[in-house]
Formats: sequence, structure tokens, C-alpha cells
Amino acid sequence: MIMGEQKPLEVILGMLAPYDKIVLAGCHGCVTVCRAGGAKEVEILASSLRLAREAEGRPLEIKEVTLERQCDPEYLEPMRPYLEDYQAVLSIACGAGIQFVAEKYTSTVVLPGLDTTFIGVTEKQGLWVERCQACGDCVLHLTGGICPVARCSKSLFNGPCGGTTTDGRCEVDKEIPCGWMMIIERLRSLNQLENYRKNLPMKSWKTSRDGGPRRIAREDLME
Amino acid sequence: MKTASRLERVFDEGHFAVTTECGPPRGSDPEVIRKKGELLRGSVDAINVTDNQTSVVRMASIASCAILKEMGLEPIVQMVTRDRNRISLQSDILGAAGLGLNAILCLSGDHQTFGDDPDAKNVFDIDSIQLIELVKMMRDEGKFPSGKEIQGPPNLFIGAACNPFAEPFEIRPIRLAKKVDAGVQFIQTQCIYNLDRFEKFMDEVRKLGLHEQVKILAGVTPLKSAGMAKFMKKNVAGMDIPDDVIQRMADTPKEEQAAKGIEICVESIERLRKVEGVAGAHIMAIEWEKMVPVIAEKAGLLPRPDISVPSD
Ligand code: SF4
Ligand code: SF4
Repeated sequence: MIMGEQKPLEVILGMLAPYDKIVLAGCHGCVTVCRAGGAKEVEILASSLRLAREAEGRPLEIKEVTLERQCDPEYLEPMRPYLEDYQAVLSIACGAGIQFVAEKYTSTVVLPGLDTTFIGVTEKQGLWVERCQACGDCVLHLTGGICPVARCSKSLFNGPCGGTTTDGRCEVDKEIPCGWMMIIERLRSLNQLENYRKNLPMKSWKTSRDGGPRRIAREDLME
Repeated sequence: MKTASRLERVFDEGHFAVTTECGPPRGSDPEVIRKKGELLRGSVDAINVTDNQTSVVRMASIASCAILKEMGLEPIVQMVTRDRNRISLQSDILGAAGLGLNAILCLSGDHQTFGDDPDAKNVFDIDSIQLIELVKMMRDEGKFPSGKEIQGPPNLFIGAACNPFAEPFEIRPIRLAKKVDAGVQFIQTQCIYNLDRFEKFMDEVRKLGLHEQVKILAGVTPLKSAGMAKFMKKNVAGMDIPDDVIQRMADTPKEEQAAKGIEICVESIERLRKVEGVAGAHIMAIEWEKMVPVIAEKAGLLPRPDISVPSD
């Protein structure tokens, strides 16, 4: 899922300074699962913002709404009838959702309340970790199911570098397990170390963001 | 095909090679690099110039190498993939050869979070092994990865680094084999303090027959003080300094610790020289370059063979 983290309250208050009537829009998708932008977070953020603005003597009127998904056109429609009555939308969906709101409501100011961070998993309650960088040409079959792009700090294709620590951590940060250490251990347990013995050639990054903004067009699904 | 590298000649003539490295200035004054070059003249066969090591900005390695070359010294340009994509790498490889440099050390580089610009975007378009392949392809096939022909291929002697002490240990000889497959011709290792472990590493290297396919220069760095030893052990990833080495330093009075560090370094070289498959020593004394001739002398590595490399 796509992970995000709410921006610090002061930053959000800074963005909202010119306005006194806003819509705060959450999303029931990924950001609900990572507890950053769902209905509950909308409620909590709204009350913190109200309190802070009341303390400043400049009350803020907030309409709270949580859409099914902000990244699908049909789910954005319900906002249309009332949007005109507000000065701005503060969205706490991922960057894609926030942009889609801006795209659908061209004359509305749309503000990001969330920093979108990565594609990851819930390792355990309260801990989310990056797993994929959406490179567009998956090599997990060669690397024991562990991604060298996302999980090695240098995205090496023939790691590990010389910086792996004695306890198998990455040189960059003790909190980061060395991706290549994991790849090798996994290949060994799968009896696939011969995958490692072969040098992986230079990767084409054309399928990743480096090739420009990407699109997938499925004729079979288009009307 | 042979390159014009003095280092390659030294190996070919069967000598035990000696290399060192120096860090370029954090400024544009060429005198800094000239002074270092002068200190090292005659004591080594080739001098690496680091490429923004630990991600701290310094004068470009290629430029510093050109300055050393002008002085009649034999530089090895270091090139990291952290800061350059394949377009820039190919261009710099041509540039290095165009400036008359004869050897290149292919590295991925320390992550930028270590340096002064942790906010920088890193590149890592390719890794060190793929860089070795790139240089080899450009040199031997006279082709760019695009398949287009090179007018005047870069004739560079190809090197890389190896850390026998980083986890996972069992994989390190295999990773060296990957570099050999890629086409590496010489290897400079991480500083060796744990000689027992290095010898075990070399046992594996010999079992794989790698010592016959690549020239391995054993890396050594003189410890300046017990404090430095402890600091390095704790803070430098992949650095293995055994407690008895630290103890030897700590048992020495402070004012004599530097001399003790030199003594340990010389002893290490003497022992490493006897390890089958070790073809040379790489003496790293960054910001202590003046000790390199002292160490080379004490270790019996002087004079360096007089090799006149044909100017091509
Ligand atoms: S190889 Fe690419 S697509 Fe596969 S997990 Fe890694 S980044 Fe994602
Ligand atoms: S320590 Fe491991 S994860 Fe970190 S950069 Fe090196 S190989 Fe990649």
C-alpha cells in the first residue's frame, strides 16, 4: 500500500492561514490502513485545527469528509455540490489523491495535509516499511523475493557494498537491515545462490520514473 | 591488450607493487595536491586520488590526477557511481583517458548521508561491478553500451575495491569473483588489521583461483593513536580492528603511539607479503601522506622498480 505521514500541525496551520472555511478530505484507501488519512484522522486533525485557530482568535470552519478513494473520479463527485461554499480543500490522501482533487475541481485551492512517503507493508502494529519503488520491471524472481532497488540504500544490483555492519545492518542507518544481506540469506535458503554468482547487467530505468511520467493504457477496459 | 599503466608493468615484471592514495583539497589550490604528490614521489608505483570520499566535496579526482600526471607521477583515477549516471560515467572515462590517465578504480561510493550534503539526490544508475563491465566494454570492444562505436577507445587498467571484513563474510570471495568476471584487473582491499581473518579470506580466494586472475593489493593504514583505532572500530562500517591491536596501541605512551602505529603497519606488510596471492600493498595514509615513504622504506619496499612507461 501507499504510505503517508501527516504533516506537522504547524505546517498545516501555516498553509491554512489565509482561509477560514475549508473542507478537510480523508480517504478510505491506503492512508486509512496506515492510519494517516482515514476518517478517524480527519476527525482528530479537524479538532486540533479548530482548537489551534480558536486559540489564535481566528476560528476555522471545517467540513469533514472521507471519500471512498480520492484516486478514482467517481468517488470525487460527491464533493461537487458544496465545494463552492469553501475556500480550500485540505486533503490527507496520498499525493495522487490530492492531485486528483485539484484536477477535478480546477478553481479550488487544494492543500496537502499529508506527506506521501513510500510503497510499503505493515511490518507490525505501528511500523510500516518500504518495499517497492515501482521501477516498472520487477526482478524479485532473481533476488529471492527481496527488492534490491528499494531495500538496498544504493539500489545496487550486485551488492552488498563494503559497508554492511557485523549485525547485518546497512551502513546508512542501524535501523535499516542490509537488503543484500537479506537477499543472500534468502537465496541460500532457497538453494539459489547461483543467481547471485551471475552479474546482473545494467538495469534499464526507462520503465521507472526516469522515463518520464508513466501510464498504463488497457484498450480492453476502455470504453 | 596492455595499457600504458605503470602499475600494470610493475605486475607484469613480477614486482611486489606499492600504491597509495591521497585526498584532493577542499578547495581549488593545485599546490595542495602537488605537495602531496612530491611527498610520494619515488615511494610508490601509483597514486589513487579519491572521488569525494565519504561524500565530502573535494576537487575532482580526474582534475587532481591530471595535476599529478603533469608532475610525471602515475595517478589512478577513482570513480564512484553515486554521483554520475551512465552518460556522465562514459564521458568521464573518455575524459580520464584523454588526459593521459592509465588506470581507474571503479567504486559505488559511500552513501551521501555521510557527507556535507545529505540532502543531495543520489544516482546509483549502475553499481561498481557494472562500472567495471562498462570500462571493459569501452576499452576492449571499442563500443558504448548503446552499441555505437568509440573513436579512440579509453585504454585504462581496471581496478576495484574489496572489503574482506564486511558481512556476510562467506560471500566476499564470491563477490570478488563477480568483479573478476566483470573484468577487473587489480584489487585494493579495505585496511587490514585482522590478518588472521584476511588470510582465511585469501584461502578462499585461492580456492576459487581468483589470485591468478586479478592482482590483489593488500590495504594497510597506519594507526595514529589508540583513540583513532577505537574510533574507527566503532564508527567505520566494515572495519575490523582486533582488540589486541588496540591494546598494543593503548599500552604505548601517547607520544609514542604514532611510531607504534607505523611499526604495526610495517609488520602487517611484511606478513601480508608472504600470503600467496597478495601482489602488492596499498598504503592508505590520508592526510598523513608523509608517512608513506617511511613505511615503504621500513617495509623494505624501496627503491621502486624503475619502469619507463612508453608515452603513447
Ligand atoms: S524490482 Fe522494481 S517492481 Fe520489483 S519490488 Fe523492486 S522496485 Fe518494485
Ligand atoms: S550496506 Fe547493504 S543495504 Fe546498505 S548500501 Fe550497502 S549493500 Fe545496500
